[in-house]
Amino acid sequence: MSVERDVMEYDVVVVGAGPAGLSAACRLKQKAAEAGQDISVCVVEKGSEVGAHILSGAVFEPRALNELFPDWKAKGAPLNVPVAGDEIYFFRSESAAFKMPNLFVPKTMHNEGNYVISLGNLCRWLAKQAEDLGVEIYPGFAAQHAIVEPGPDGGVIKGVQIGDMGINREGERKPDFTPGMELRAKYTLFAEGCRGHLGKQLIAQYQLDKDADAQHYGIGIKEIWTVPPEKHKPGLVVHTAGWPLSLTGTDALGGSFLYHFENNQVVVGLIVDLSYTNPYLSPFDEFQRLKHHPVIRKHLEGGTRTSYGARAICKGGLNSLPKMVFPGGALIGCDLGTLNFAKIKGSHTAMKSGMLAAEAVAEALLAGDEGGKALDSYPAKFKASWLHDELFRSRNFGPIMHKFGALIGGALNYMEQNWFGGNFPFTVHDLKPDYKSLKPAAESAKIEYPKPDGKLSFDKLSSVFLSSTNHEEDQPIHLQLKDPSIPIAKNLPMYAEPAQRYCPAGVYEVVGEGDAKRFQINAQNCVHCKTCDIKDPAQNINWVAPEGGGGPNYANM
Amino acid sequence: MKALVSVKRVVDYNVRIQVKSDGTGVVTDGVKHSMNPFDEIAMEEAVRLKEKGKVTEIVAVTIGGDKNEETLRTALAFGADRAIHIKEAGEVQPLTAAKAFAAVLKKEGAQLFIAGKQAIDDDANQTGQMVAALLDIAQATFASKVEVEGNKAIVTREVDAGLETLEVDLPAVITADLRLNEPRYLKLPDIMKAKKKPVETVSFADLGVTPAAGLKTTKTVPPPSRSKGIVVKTVDELVSALKAKGLV
Repeated sequence: MSVERDVMEYDVVVVGAGPAGLSAACRLKQKAAEAGQDISVCVVEKGSEVGAHILSGAVFEPRALNELFPDWKAKGAPLNVPVAGDEIYFFRSESAAFKMPNLFVPKTMHNEGNYVISLGNLCRWLAKQAEDLGVEIYPGFAAQHAIVEPGPDGGVIKGVQIGDMGINREGERKPDFTPGMELRAKYTLFAEGCRGHLGKQLIAQYQLDKDADAQHYGIGIKEIWTVPPEKHKPGLVVHTAGWPLSLTGTDALGGSFLYHFENNQVVVGLIVDLSYTNPYLSPFDEFQRLKHHPVIRKHLEGGTRTSYGARAICKGGLNSLPKMVFPGGALIGCDLGTLNFAKIKGSHTAMKSGMLAAEAVAEALLAGDEGGKALDSYPAKFKASWLHDELFRSRNFGPIMHKFGALIGGALNYMEQNWFGGNFPFTVHDLKPDYKSLKPAAESAKIEYPKPDGKLSFDKLSSVFLSSTNHEEDQPIHLQLKDPSIPIAKNLPMYAEPAQRYCPAGVYEVVGEGDAKRFQINAQNCVHCKTCDIKDPAQNINWVAPEGGGGPNYANM
Repeated sequence: MKALVSVKRVVDYNVRIQVKSDGTGVVTDGVKHSMNPFDEIAMEEAVRLKEKGKVTEIVAVTIGGDKNEETLRTALAFGADRAIHIKEAGEVQPLTAAKAFAAVLKKEGAQLFIAGKQAIDDDANQTGQMVAALLDIAQATFASKVEVEGNKAIVTREVDAGLETLEVDLPAVITADLRLNEPRYLKLPDIMKAKKKPVETVSFADLGVTPAAGLKTTKTVPPPSRSKGIVVKTVDELVSALKAKGLV
């Protein structure tokens, strides 16, 4: 069915109002103003408002922000809680821990000069700055696909088409059907975050990753707690490795974080590497039991949980970076994969990548470029920047962990970061994609997770409730199965269908008995973390954008 | 014919409300806000009346701080022609709101005042009725169908016993119930255009309204949490459990 679509033309369209996209938008306007010209910039965001889909720890390194807005303090940026102390623990069991002496902490894990922030609130502030600079930001509109002008080598990206609204579950038009408009641009910057659904297509379409190592991912699950004032130590930063995940092994890696934020809030979370091997592992349940460890529980007891969410992160770093540019566009931030895993920080690197791409685009446009080129000046600027230097120094961190585990890998990383300044004279590669890491269920031990106690630990559904996620019910399911038979016919016998456990929002269920078993997708629960798209062993789940405005409504995440 | 539509900025319906730990109210900082869903229905109805040629101009009005401008922009994107922002950062009670809206209605000479039947934050369900009383004009509340014929409105209302149809003389107050219509999706071009539509800012003083504190909130507490259930294995066990609780 053909549709009449409204069309708007901009110089630059940015997909995603996160730290990368908003920094890029601001930088474009700054560069244009410096040159006394205008560059029109439009940002689209699938969340119902800026920040609604943003979830991060977060300990924030202000380096990129200092460059983007040197006067951020005067402008009221929400960086209110300087890091006041770093603690790192190795958990040997559910009750035993040893604290790492400060001397042995890898340099990348030192946080002096950093801030405990809510990245969602920083994005809300960045959006305000961007709008003051003349950027148009439209939350509640999801970019459905890139507009491609056919041509050699994959064609030229000409902008994005916004998703249609008012389509029912069967794909038919409802009375309120509203066609999505086309936002055309000379250059389009994709800043959807980790495993963006357009980024994924573009990487495939232009084979951007053909010279890169496989991307690696983790799933981060986070809660916000309000604790009694006497327990609150603003700026305290705690990281842990080991129990409930592997300490010396490599089959379930990851680590936890606990930060004391403002207003008696404590944020706590667990990042589980998606390279885990046991299909019975449930990141959600690992996180719930983590909170019972004495080192963690002492911060939370007597408090109440106020918020919950989850998001996948890209942790492959430099070795996994795909090519950044293609005709008419570029990938920035976690859509590209700029997170520095050695620091477990991706916000400042995302911002910087957005700024570098914006500088490249601005230079081209201000010199009269009509768009549609692959701007090699962006990767060139990246190579020459501190961002590349930083990612280069951290390039071995993840692969070493994958090969040697948290304890030995941690020691090697300490040596590399503190003795060699991140310059081991070799690079460790890790080529196995995360979806290939699962062992068959028959070879794996079932994991019995303790029942939640309703005080420190909770069940999945009451957790998802706290993400305030919602989707219009009568719309096509946005979690598409390429082959609907695979979950029951293959994944279930082989891997006990791991989607039931890796999804932190209870989207996937196997219901019924015997031959009547079927795979149920509760798409309304989805918190847009993208884990299913990453971890499904058959790579059979395709995450596409639902109707704009759907998804979680995070506050202070 | 001019229609005035009041739109309130409230905590979004998807957000799980949290009570402040000191019991002075609910947490609103950093929380998503949007237009009161019943006011969206009121807005939609006004736009439909305009599309039918019954209404010629739609004026949206809100009371609140700077951020209420977002709510007005949403109303303008729906199809309001212009908007009035009554700036007031503090708490506004229904009677104060009604006095302000009545003043605007009078000043604008609007024939229709359409509002949501209530706001989802305080659920007061008073403002529309008070506007009608203050101006001594007709009111048709809980509307599920609205037709305008000449100088009259025929309004179907949802009442306990079913549906009631009223004919009211204009000017009149109409408050929208859930089933009046399904608000449309806002279109991106309309949101773009809305940024350029005029918004007039006025104060209570400009309207000759003195905020009155008729009500005082003494305490806000969260609802009691549901106590844990028990699983019984047999009917006998169930009966004795119910007996033990004194329920049978």
